[in-house]
Amino acid sequence: MLSISNISKSYGAIKALDDISFEVASGEIFGLIGPDGAGKTSMFRILATLLLPDQGAAKIAGLDVVRDYKALRHRIGYMPGRFSLYQDLSVAENLEFFAAVFGTSIEANYQLIAPIYDQLKPFKDRRAGALSGGMKQKLALCCALIHKPDLLLLDEPGTGVDPVSRKEFWDMLRDLRDGGLTILVSTPYMDEAALCDRVALLQNGRIMAMDTPEKITAAFSRPIFAARSADMYRLIQDLRAMPGVADCYAFGEFAHAVLDDRSLKSSDLLQYLQECGHTEVQVKNAEANIEDCFIELMKKETTHG
Amino acid sequence: MRHFFAFIKKEFLHILRDRRTLMILFGMPVVQVLLFGFVLNNEIKNAAIAVYDPSKDEASTALVGKLVSSGYFRLAQNLKGPEEMEAAFRSGKIKMAVVFPNEFAKNAGQPDARVQLIGDASDPNAAVTLLNYAQAIVGDWQQERAKAIGAPRLEIITRMRYNPEQKAVFNFVPGVMTLILMLVSAMMTSITIAREKEMGTMEVLLVSPLKPIHIILGKTTPYLVLSFFNALVVVLMGMLVFGMPLRGSAGLLALSSVVYMFVALSLGIFISTRAQTQQAAMFMSALGLLMPTMLLSGFIFPRESMPLPLQVIGNAIPATWFNPIIKGIMIKGVGLEVLWKNLLVLTGMGLVFLVLSLRNFKDRL
Repeated sequence: MLSISNISKSYGAIKALDDISFEVASGEIFGLIGPDGAGKTSMFRILATLLLPDQGAAKIAGLDVVRDYKALRHRIGYMPGRFSLYQDLSVAENLEFFAAVFGTSIEANYQLIAPIYDQLKPFKDRRAGALSGGMKQKLALCCALIHKPDLLLLDEPGTGVDPVSRKEFWDMLRDLRDGGLTILVSTPYMDEAALCDRVALLQNGRIMAMDTPEKITAAFSRPIFAARSADMYRLIQDLRAMPGVADCYAFGEFAHAVLDDRSLKSSDLLQYLQECGHTEVQVKNAEANIEDCFIELMKKETTHG
Repeated sequence: MRHFFAFIKKEFLHILRDRRTLMILFGMPVVQVLLFGFVLNNEIKNAAIAVYDPSKDEASTALVGKLVSSGYFRLAQNLKGPEEMEAAFRSGKIKMAVVFPNEFAKNAGQPDARVQLIGDASDPNAAVTLLNYAQAIVGDWQQERAKAIGAPRLEIITRMRYNPEQKAVFNFVPGVMTLILMLVSAMMTSITIAREKEMGTMEVLLVSPLKPIHIILGKTTPYLVLSFFNALVVVLMGMLVFGMPLRGSAGLLALSSVVYMFVALSLGIFISTRAQTQQAAMFMSALGLLMPTMLLSGFIFPRESMPLPLQVIGNAIPATWFNPIIKGIMIKGVGLEVLWKNLLVLTGMGLVFLVLSLRNFKDRL
């Protein structure tokens, strides 16, 4: 469905995308995972035919994003990172407008958006600007879907949305995928990565790893312990100083300690931390997740130059 | 076609829902016409004058009566001696003094007959205007008296064609029209396109199958309609409130207004292809369009008295060409035979900017 080969894009001296290649199969949710500034938005704008790559080529359903951009604009649904609907128009007016612009009507493709739009219906006369973050996102998704695109491009759809709405949103994406739609989505949230079929970890315009989320985490070779105490800041400092600990960083309420020395057990860490004078200490085994992999890969990239 | 109408509908919704836009669109023309008409008026009425009249005969009384009955002057003080005049001027109670000689009636009509008019030049514009009024009235009086008595007289001829009272309204109604249409057509369109860029909606519009020409036409059509309505309001107010005539063809006036709006709209689009934010668009149109329209087109300051470089720059301003069209049609009643050149220049300007903006309008970000 989507094939990207050797795409590069620079803004002056800054390389936003550096020789990116990947492919996305039909009916797949593919995630571009990376922090702000990794190059995600540039990639989306190139695929949405809004930006020209400096080098390389991209094809969507056999159409070139540069040469065939006019034909392509009928085939893709694009939801930019920022909320990009008319805040002074109502929910229904926004949807009608985008349907008309794409030469279709709400009725013609209602089936596709029905599960999402049904939730919006009670608010259909409300101005889009007065909707909650989650509702805005659902409306934007409806507007991007209204012309029945083959490929959906969602640039950071989760930003500014509460966790419950985010989960609902991902359920909708999976339903759409099961209906045959191909979805390319970007997110800075590592927890959303696990919901994709395949992901590419993006950092400084380069792909550090690309696979299914399970395989990426499975490739993480070293044991991880999650630890917490009353003084988290000092705990991280102390663990970093402990022999056999390769790295330690904050991870939600806990700190993740990555070990070089496989012989260390959680009791060893507990004892060490208590000797350092920590109170309310907890240490437990942890599974590596995408964020751990991301941090490890990022460190490797920087040390290798 | 359907997506085009959807676009226009959306645009009207934007306008109707934004109170600020509505105020500019509908309040501004009315307020400007009234402001220029009543406040910034260089006509002076009921100016206070003082008279020193030692002769107190029928001739001097008649002349004072004529001055006062003109409506421009009001007798504020009878001076007992010339020395009181200084105090009256200083206190600001009077704007002009009239000083008669002794035995005015006997001498009036003689070659050396004199009446002195003294103006308060601390406000030079007002002083010149008042002295001109008074001179004209004295001249009239002289003429009437010469007819009646047959005495030799000093002839003063001051005549103004078309606007004998030099009514300011004849100047500012066309001026306000050039300004309002520039404001609504150019500034408002450039702001609304810039708003789409600022809000990120342009990104979605560009990804849609809409062609640039659709976006441009969709954006401008509502403003063309509204501008036309505004032009109508300004002309009607000029006629009904300020008694301006419409001597020429209303159809030609409408047509040339549409041509001017076309120039203004293409300027607005051109600005919006450059400006990325609403604020930038506003500054560019205020400084680049509204200021020159007001200052250099001959609306407020006569172009004849400008230094040559400014006159040349003035030629590049659409209002410079549109202003004579309105005056020509409304006041002089002339038609295409005189105005074709101005219309041609305006059409050319519009086409140039339209081509430039279409070329500048980016299909991508």
